[in-house]
Amino acid sequence: MKRREFIQQTTAASAVIGLGGLGLQSFSSAPKKITILHTNDVHSHIDAFGPENGRNPNQGGVARRATLIESIRAENPHTLLLDAGDIFQGTPYFNYYGGELEFKLMSMLKYDAATIGNHDFDNGLEGLYAQLPHAKFDFVSANYDFSNTIMDTHAKPYKIFVKNGIKIGVFGLGIELAGLVDKQMYKETVYLDPVEIAQDMARTLKENEKCDLVICLSHLGYNYKNNDQKPSDLSLAKRTKDIDLFVGGHTHTFLPKPTIVKNSVDKNVLVNQVGCFGINLGKIDFYFDDAKNKSAEGVSILV
Amino acid sequence: MKFRNLFFVLGLLLSFSCKTPTDVYKIEGRNVNITDSLQADAAIERFVKPYRERINKDLDSVLGYAVDTYSKSDGHLNTAIGNLMADIVYEESDPVFFKRIGEHIDFVLLNHGGIRSIISKGPISKRTAYEIMPFENSIVVAKLPGAQVQELLEYLSRAKRAHPISKLKILLDKDGKVIESAINDQPIDFTKTYNIATNDYLINGGDGMDFFKGSEAVIILDYKIRNALTDYFMKTDTINPVADDRFLQLQD
Repeated sequence: MKRREFIQQTTAASAVIGLGGLGLQSFSSAPKKITILHTNDVHSHIDAFGPENGRNPNQGGVARRATLIESIRAENPHTLLLDAGDIFQGTPYFNYYGGELEFKLMSMLKYDAATIGNHDFDNGLEGLYAQLPHAKFDFVSANYDFSNTIMDTHAKPYKIFVKNGIKIGVFGLGIELAGLVDKQMYKETVYLDPVEIAQDMARTLKENEKCDLVICLSHLGYNYKNNDQKPSDLSLAKRTKDIDLFVGGHTHTFLPKPTIVKNSVDKNVLVNQVGCFGINLGKIDFYFDDAKNKSAEGVSILV
Repeated sequence: MKFRNLFFVLGLLLSFSCKTPTDVYKIEGRNVNITDSLQADAAIERFVKPYRERINKDLDSVLGYAVDTYSKSDGHLNTAIGNLMADIVYEESDPVFFKRIGEHIDFVLLNHGGIRSIISKGPISKRTAYEIMPFENSIVVAKLPGAQVQELLEYLSRAKRAHPISKLKILLDKDGKVIESAINDQPIDFTKTYNIATNDYLINGGDGMDFFKGSEAVIILDYKIRNALTDYFMKTDTINPVADDRFLQLQD
């Protein structure tokens, strides 16, 4: 038994030598960079705001976002594009086409994943389901149990992406629907406690799936100052571990820069949200190397 | 055997040094503003254009004319625009309710805050309906017992705002007490249950209209307020609403 194991290991080792000989250059290569781009609460804002707009004149617009994303991808092809929900509702584009155009455009922009916001239920589960053929990206939601609905199997708890050899796990979280969305719209969708689910997901992605990067794509909201019992990105970031980044939505919070939070084991976590209506694009760059580059204090974070 | 061992050690060493870099050593984050300094992507623009044109054509095609400009701030307890909105909700949804339940709506109550825009003098289009009612609120009918109708009157007398009403008449004395009230020009029978059309925001506790919690039943019409406005504009050439005597307070 021992001998057989030994032989197997040797064969494997020889294979590594072979590969090593061929790919020696790649092993001495520069550190790897993964770029995470994200939006939230775009609310059907396809056109840019006009010059007469009181709050955000000449800002936003899908066509401009496309240009920005393309230029970032040209610089670093190892890029993920995420949306944290509330894709629907806010302009006549949604009222006339039910979200078809939003999904088609996100597909053209090559979004990788999105989570489901409360307003994405505005035309009911059927309304969301009907638009799915137009989305060439996946929906992730770990705390909405859709088993008894038409959406069953159409939203995965998480998705794993491999970019430049780096394994990235993205899981989704949604806000409690009771009181926020008409029951007729979400029907038998079951809301599960995001705190428990987040811990489960982080463990699954880090320990079982061996992800190098774990991202929580959340529509819980950034923070609830007057209600610290209500789950939010900040409260979850503090109470969990093994999550590297929270990409948030719902509260339309315009963060000037990502927030750095200490998690339950005193490690830094980034929490970000970019307001609403496609006015901003979040951009987080993760640089990977073997442990050598780490400074004495650990990871250097520049925000 | 020794040879094999050597290979093994070599292999181990190499596989160690070849380990994929998987440790984060640096993170940079920033939020990029999307402004007009960015060139719009031509392919996206081309794709959106027919959708935009179809919507604009539909939104801007003239349905009728407004004789004047109407604002929810023109008036104390009832306004021309609020009366128009509540009357439209009555007129458009009563046939729907009657067809479904075989009863009529007794009166309408909406909220002053639900009027989101003025109606400007001149052409009226679907865009007008979107401006007045950008939200997706729907019409619901509450079966409200007389006791709660009493609370509703007290709410309105306390609020002293021009919450839009139709088929309901209220007169307050100078101290703000209800001295006269009528539904459909008939005295209110507080032992009876009335059918009150409102919106789903108020029925779910919006604006503190807690009396709706006492509803015996709520009938959802699947009819958006905006669609009721559009349906009315489509069959009306000219709108000329006025503030009237449906909700007044005695002065002096």
